[in-house]
Amino acid sequence: MPSFNPEPTKKSERISRLVEHLFAKMPEIEPARAVLITESYKKTEDEPIVKRRALAFAHILKHIPIIIRPEELIVGSTTIAPRGCQTYPEFSWEWLESEFETVETREADPFYISEETKRALREIHPYWKGKTSSELATSLMAPETLTAIKHNVFTTGNYFYNGVGHITVKYGEVLEIGMEGLIHKAAEELASMNVGDADYPTKHELLEAMIISCHAVILYAQRYAELAEKMANETADPVRKAELMQISANCRRVPAKGAESFMEACQSFWFVQQLIQLESSGHSISPGRFDQYMYPYYKADLDAGKITRDQAQEYIDCVWVKLNDLGKCRDEESAKGFAGYSMFQNLCVGGQDKEGMDATNDLSFMCIWASQHVFLPQPSLSIRVWNLTPHELMHEACRLTRTGIGLPAYYNDEAIIPALMNRGISMEDARNFSLIGCVEPQVPGKTMGWHDAAFFNLCRPLEFVFSNGMDKGEQASIRTGELADLRTFEDFWNAYKKQVEYQIALMANSDNAIDAAHAARVPLPWLSCMVDDCMKRGLTTEQGGAVYNFTGPQCFGIANAADSLYAIRELVYNQKFLTLQEYKEAMDDNFGKGFDDISVREASVEIVNNLRAAGREPSAQEVAQIVARVKTADVSPEKKKKYQELLDKIDALPKYGNDIPEVDYLARDAAYLYTRPLEKYKNPRGGMFHAGIYPVSANVPLGAQTGATPDGRLAHTPVADGIGPMAGRDINGPTATANSVARIDHMIASNGTLLNQKFHPSALEGEKGLNDFESLIRTFFDQKGMHMQFNVVDRQTLLDAQAHPENYRHLVVRVAGYSALFTTLSKSLQDDIIQRTEQTSAY
Amino acid sequence: MSYLDTTGRIFDIQRYSVHDGFGIRTIVFLKGCLLRCRWCCNPESQEYAIQEMRQSDGKVRIVGQDVTVREVMKTVEQDRMYFRRSGGGLTLSGGESLLQYEFARDLLHAAKDQGFSTAMESMAGVSYDRIEAVLPYLDTYLMDIKHINGAKHREFCGKDNALMLENAWKVASSGQCELVIRTPVIPTFNDTVPEIRAIAEFAARLPGVEQMHILPYHRLGFDKYVGLGREYLMGDVKPPSRELMMELRDEVNKTGLRCMIGG
Repeated sequence: MPSFNPEPTKKSERISRLVEHLFAKMPEIEPARAVLITESYKKTEDEPIVKRRALAFAHILKHIPIIIRPEELIVGSTTIAPRGCQTYPEFSWEWLESEFETVETREADPFYISEETKRALREIHPYWKGKTSSELATSLMAPETLTAIKHNVFTTGNYFYNGVGHITVKYGEVLEIGMEGLIHKAAEELASMNVGDADYPTKHELLEAMIISCHAVILYAQRYAELAEKMANETADPVRKAELMQISANCRRVPAKGAESFMEACQSFWFVQQLIQLESSGHSISPGRFDQYMYPYYKADLDAGKITRDQAQEYIDCVWVKLNDLGKCRDEESAKGFAGYSMFQNLCVGGQDKEGMDATNDLSFMCIWASQHVFLPQPSLSIRVWNLTPHELMHEACRLTRTGIGLPAYYNDEAIIPALMNRGISMEDARNFSLIGCVEPQVPGKTMGWHDAAFFNLCRPLEFVFSNGMDKGEQASIRTGELADLRTFEDFWNAYKKQVEYQIALMANSDNAIDAAHAARVPLPWLSCMVDDCMKRGLTTEQGGAVYNFTGPQCFGIANAADSLYAIRELVYNQKFLTLQEYKEAMDDNFGKGFDDISVREASVEIVNNLRAAGREPSAQEVAQIVARVKTADVSPEKKKKYQELLDKIDALPKYGNDIPEVDYLARDAAYLYTRPLEKYKNPRGGMFHAGIYPVSANVPLGAQTGATPDGRLAHTPVADGIGPMAGRDINGPTATANSVARIDHMIASNGTLLNQKFHPSALEGEKGLNDFESLIRTFFDQKGMHMQFNVVDRQTLLDAQAHPENYRHLVVRVAGYSALFTTLSKSLQDDIIQRTEQTSAY
Repeated sequence: MSYLDTTGRIFDIQRYSVHDGFGIRTIVFLKGCLLRCRWCCNPESQEYAIQEMRQSDGKVRIVGQDVTVREVMKTVEQDRMYFRRSGGGLTLSGGESLLQYEFARDLLHAAKDQGFSTAMESMAGVSYDRIEAVLPYLDTYLMDIKHINGAKHREFCGKDNALMLENAWKVASSGQCELVIRTPVIPTFNDTVPEIRAIAEFAARLPGVEQMHILPYHRLGFDKYVGLGREYLMGDVKPPSRELMMELRDEVNKTGLRCMIGG
């Protein structure tokens, strides 16, 4: 029978000091891993790739510097500097070297890098030339795919430059049987094989590689045990001495063996969580159902009187701090899209168990309080909500939301479970789902989901309809007809559909090329030994070893597509207010609202390309003249007036997000243009493609690569985020927005949808405010909405934070899919957050 | 003609309102008021006539629209599921809803027919037969009592309060709906312990009244005065402090009422 104690626990004073220490300095790039992996790779060139990977992992774990930070109870740090990062040259490195001089001062996610580190990296980088996964991926891509990428229709940069990550391993099994248990399983599998088996050569290599990796992890923990003991002997403080001796004992035991106490379970969990992120640079390593697999250890200690609830809370809080002690340095463009130093370690509480019973327990509550105590963006805390989610748990979750931390995100079991079952997942597994990264549902320990596989900008194919596939003077997509030939709205719609479908095929090609490159060059034997059914299949997760395999690329900009299509139908075809050609001119002229630097650059490139196409190479002087001419080009006053009239017309039309069925259902159809064709594509691991509808924060940088759109959005401004309405256009309040968004088919977007809502704190005042807020979430979920998350802030606070970042270093904001420190976001992203409609309650 | 065809004049409909009655509510603002309170944050509600109001972005908004009950209900019904989850429903506000009592009555009637909870914000300054007409369809009466002193009431609100206080008694005695007394706390007008206390004591004596809401003054209506070309009479008056509001709440609680700050 489910039971829980909703009585709040206490926050230990240690936690604030741990947090303070963590944020004392700017995060730093360290070279140790890159140097060590290069050393190892040079020595193993004749070995099969899985073995090379295992030997390299072992070499890293044996030699990478280790540290125990002041007052830590749970130990294991990937870098000496807090929140630092290692680098992963086997995936890509050229961008990093070219950004050495700017990485410290860039707007989004700056990292300190010392001259010594630069030197060390410059020394090893040349070895990797021609050996990286990204180089292989490029060579595997079709030429038309490379063209599409160049023209920013979609981006697959995430796994192109980095490891995949985006996975939840069998934490529960490691807690139970430890690395020794996994070694034993691998050994049994080896023993069961016949040397004549077809897969013996490869499977044998993999199992051996898994055993090497597990031994390496045991050794790494032993190094911490020794360090802790040494520090214990050196300290005069008897309290700290006892703590260090305890840490030492824990690290001697776990993760080698099964955990025998809650504290050991926390330590064991953390080593697994940390080291997955040392084996590969993939982010979104998601702890998943922490409240479920940790519970037996908590319960046993509590029942035996070995631990108090407050002590258990302190260990959990310590784990939460550690989850913020990891960093990842992305290339400058990607950093803008994932801004906020986020690692997207999604950890979820509540929901149903495999048998359909409510799974809430004490730890579900304590995870929520941990986020309140630590008040940092990691973990990305999620709550699974279903019809029988206890009111008490919802209330604590809403209370956390009210603090403004942007956590937790709310997920709907009633939509996600059937959506997963529709993908061939068993009911038992579907009920046990957890979230990856931003919003992606999957079965923990059994899935290689390749979530977050691409960002697909729904506005770009719309531009291609207007340009007949041309972009910056190049044929970047297919021809779908001259504008004059699109005589009916249906013609226009079909042209858009063709453009979307063509680009989807190229995106699938891009993803599959990268997928194949990962399988060939960066298989992950250690990760794979913690995912079903890699051992039995004798394949890594990269090679298709997981039970469930997917590729989940996400689209965004549905609101712009819907508002644009609606405007075209009304103004061009119904009212005949203007022709498509006139519409195109208005957009080319940015509706008379002037040209920014990007427009000037793009227009100049187009002119130059046209000259080249005509067989004339312009001189540098001519190029400068072109730029100067474009810069000063202006729109005539008559045209400006006309454009303003058009903008006013567009403005007066109904917009998606206001509970207006005719435009909402158009948005539904527009979403299908992406979600349906995607389903027919397969990946090299034997799984299918399925859609997500969320942007992380890519709607800002990718919006900057998108011209003006027919919905009146100006060139290079942000595109709508997630499945929500365009910022500032939802004016009928949160229930209207929720009703509109629920009209889109969420179930088909089984890789997750994202609805971001911003609330003024006054809407959540008192117990009544919390109750009403809970009702809002539950009613959205009654309508089979999939996900909801909230920013509870006031505009003034955000403006002040912009002006005085130093006073708001801990201000957490949820940006499309995750929480981030507001002051670490780029200015344009901050502006986007501020601009979102504030849905304050009535005065 | 069905009661659904009754016409009235409104100036706004606001969804997800959580400060005016139980649960998630949709507020319909009726145009026209019998008072002219100096602190009014909805000055565009006062005139029955349709007006133009310039917004801070420079655009001119037409304030006031004639609609049928059926049309209003179309919007109200869009939040049916939220009402069901939260126990919320329709709230009428204004202006003074009872100046259009037939429209008010039929709106409440329509909401009740749909199974929605109903509430009305009103100062009850009309003849009692008009109030009596709406009571069968009303769950919660949010009745404004701004001051006990008639002269001061007249000075700040433009009208005496005798009829309102008398109607408060009648509504309470009827037992037909829940009655909640609401008092805006306005510096320079009634923000003292004795004045609030006097209202609380009056409210506490009303049969069946259990709750009183005290609503701190705010100046969020300022832009609207500018937009209507009117002078903002409250000048630089600051909202009452949190401490004062808590003190007043404790004072009200002493009378045996449950007092809430804000709705």
